Amino acid sequence: MARNADNRAQFRPDGHDADHFLLTTVVGSYPKPKWLNRATDLAEDPDSKFDNGDLKEAHNDAAQLITEEHERAGLDTVVDGEMRREEMVEYFAHRIPGYEFNGPVKVWGHNYFDKPSVVSEVSYDEPWLVDEFEFTANVATKPVKVPITGPYTLARWSFNEAYDDEETLAYDLADLVNQEIGKLVDAGARYIQIDEPALATTPDDHAIVGESLERIVDGVDDDVRIGLHVCYGDYSRIYPEINDFPIDEFDVELCNDGYEQIEVFQDPDFEPDLGLGVVDVHDAAVETVEEIKRNIRQGLKVVPPEKLTVSPDCGVKLLPREVAYQKTENMVQAAREVEAELDAGELDVAAATRP
Amino acid sequence: MTEFVGTTPGLFPLPDHAKSELADLKGHQKGDLISGDEPESITDVYDDARSTVVAEQRDAGLDRVVEGCLRWDDMLAHPLAVHDNVGTGGIVRYYDNNNFYRDPCVTGELTPSGDVPSEVAAAADLLDDTDPPLQATLPGPYSLADLATDEFYGDDREFLAAVASFLAAEVEAFPAHGTLFLLDPSLVATPPDDDLAAAVPEAIDTVAGATDADVVVYTYFGALDEKTYAHLLDADIDAVGLDLVDADRETTVYNAVEYGITDDVALGVADGQNTLVESPETLRERAAWFTDQVPATDFERVYLSTNTEPFYLPVNKHRAKLDAVGAAADLEREVHA
Repeated sequence: MARNADNRAQFRPDGHDADHFLLTTVVGSYPKPKWLNRATDLAEDPDSKFDNGDLKEAHNDAAQLITEEHERAGLDTVVDGEMRREEMVEYFAHRIPGYEFNGPVKVWGHNYFDKPSVVSEVSYDEPWLVDEFEFTANVATKPVKVPITGPYTLARWSFNEAYDDEETLAYDLADLVNQEIGKLVDAGARYIQIDEPALATTPDDHAIVGESLERIVDGVDDDVRIGLHVCYGDYSRIYPEINDFPIDEFDVELCNDGYEQIEVFQDPDFEPDLGLGVVDVHDAAVETVEEIKRNIRQGLKVVPPEKLTVSPDCGVKLLPREVAYQKTENMVQAAREVEAELDAGELDVAAATRP
Repeated sequence: MTEFVGTTPGLFPLPDHAKSELADLKGHQKGDLISGDEPESITDVYDDARSTVVAEQRDAGLDRVVEGCLRWDDMLAHPLAVHDNVGTGGIVRYYDNNNFYRDPCVTGELTPSGDVPSEVAAAADLLDDTDPPLQATLPGPYSLADLATDEFYGDDREFLAAVASFLAAEVEAFPAHGTLFLLDPSLVATPPDDDLAAAVPEAIDTVAGATDADVVVYTYFGALDEKTYAHLLDADIDAVGLDLVDADRETTVYNAVEYGITDDVALGVADGQNTLVESPETLRERAAWFTDQVPATDFERVYLSTNTEPFYLPVNKHRAKLDAVGAAADLEREVHA
């Protein structure tokens, strides 16, 4: 069952003018400033005086910069742009005992990633994200969302040398994610997003993702908003099953293919809140506010406004930075204009009329 | 007495230094992938990498040496992706993997290309009389057709026949080779429908007929369905290749018991998609697990290999698996599962 927790109101900014509130957020990653990439190279160069302490300072500076960039764009909830992360599986595997790295493997063309191997039972050592959450929360004036790579993706996009099957590995990893969320919540986090792009590759494994989520949310207070992000899949193969996932929000990329799959989510009724991708992260053309408003209205075919969150399709890290910023700013502007139109009764909301 | 032959399906991971040098020279985007007319600066890196992987196979004691298909940015779609009458569309998923290739869109006649023969010839030049025989790798005609989009022939059977003729012309241009592996995972992943199934062995025969070498049709990503397996046995080939790593290997045994099998067989016994390195003994036990269950068949030759192409692996583990496969074929004693 979707958690249906009434935890959205805490993200409504003080002084929000409209009666309606479309929660605006981002999926997580953001283009890194070029100087941060140079700093990372320098820290890896044994001949350089630039050391890991300097790199940490550079990460902090970048995280503060991008958090403030998100606030300037007007987002209701912000992320640090994942400035400290190079890759969504590697980052966590480096923090989980049981993983080892052997070298890069091909994804496509000359794009590679350091696909890790699970060589023994995974366990929890030091917190993964608490320091970076506390840093971001300190520099932010808006609530901070924490994206975490989900256990199914962590299991599926690793070599498994130690477990009988990926399902067992995913459940063990889910227990670790649950521990991490406990520490993040103690540190003040109220908005967690579990990223499971691997579900799009192997949609038949939706039950494994569902059971992993049960473990992830075990003991997590209803005040803590739990989102699930999935992208680039055939959603008819995981819907309506995701209605049974214990989540508050399902965030999905649909702008990329022009909302061809929006009807998938219309029947049966969508249970969690919908986090709808309303700007394309693989197209450097910046959508106009009017275009994005039309995209937001697609979401209103599925859920009423009080259950609609708007975000980009996915992480925006592959876009030029100024494009990423402009898309985000236009997205927030579009959300605010749709709220005003809803207040004025100018929009016919199909999903709101359901009994 | 069965001869055990340690080999690979080709499509090796690039040596790590070649990965970064080629990324710098070619770039990271779709338009930067291999074109077939790359400049000398790039061919130099591939030449160097080819020498490295040939030497590694020698060191591992393998009984066949492959070129490694190091230029195949688009994996099994490569032979069409570089063809003059083929455009490349969007980036699409490679089977059920977190890997992607450019969709080859066939817009004109599939004339002989000569691209793969030139790299097989480059590998042949690196071998001398003391080396094991050269093994060439190509996609099976069904898999290559399945990975491509036909915008010219307009009929599935006609397209399959055209792809087979194209591959046959490539094979005819190969230098002398001892073995030809036709990699055909689409027979498992997206088996042919009833209309096309009977055309598959004909297409394979077209390619196999172009060489005097032993021809192996290598299937993986699981077991073949019964009907596809039965049709495959109609092809005039020396060996079928079967995946013994995948979970449904019992089905593979069932097919062989029920429908028979070729005189030689190629067995995918080492996991091409997992870094866990199996011991030579384990690999031989997996082979024996299969051969012991197929009655009335005394295989003349058993090829041992990774079940899939090994490009999924990091280089250190790939090399360790080459060593294990080489040693597995050389184990003297009889091994039973």
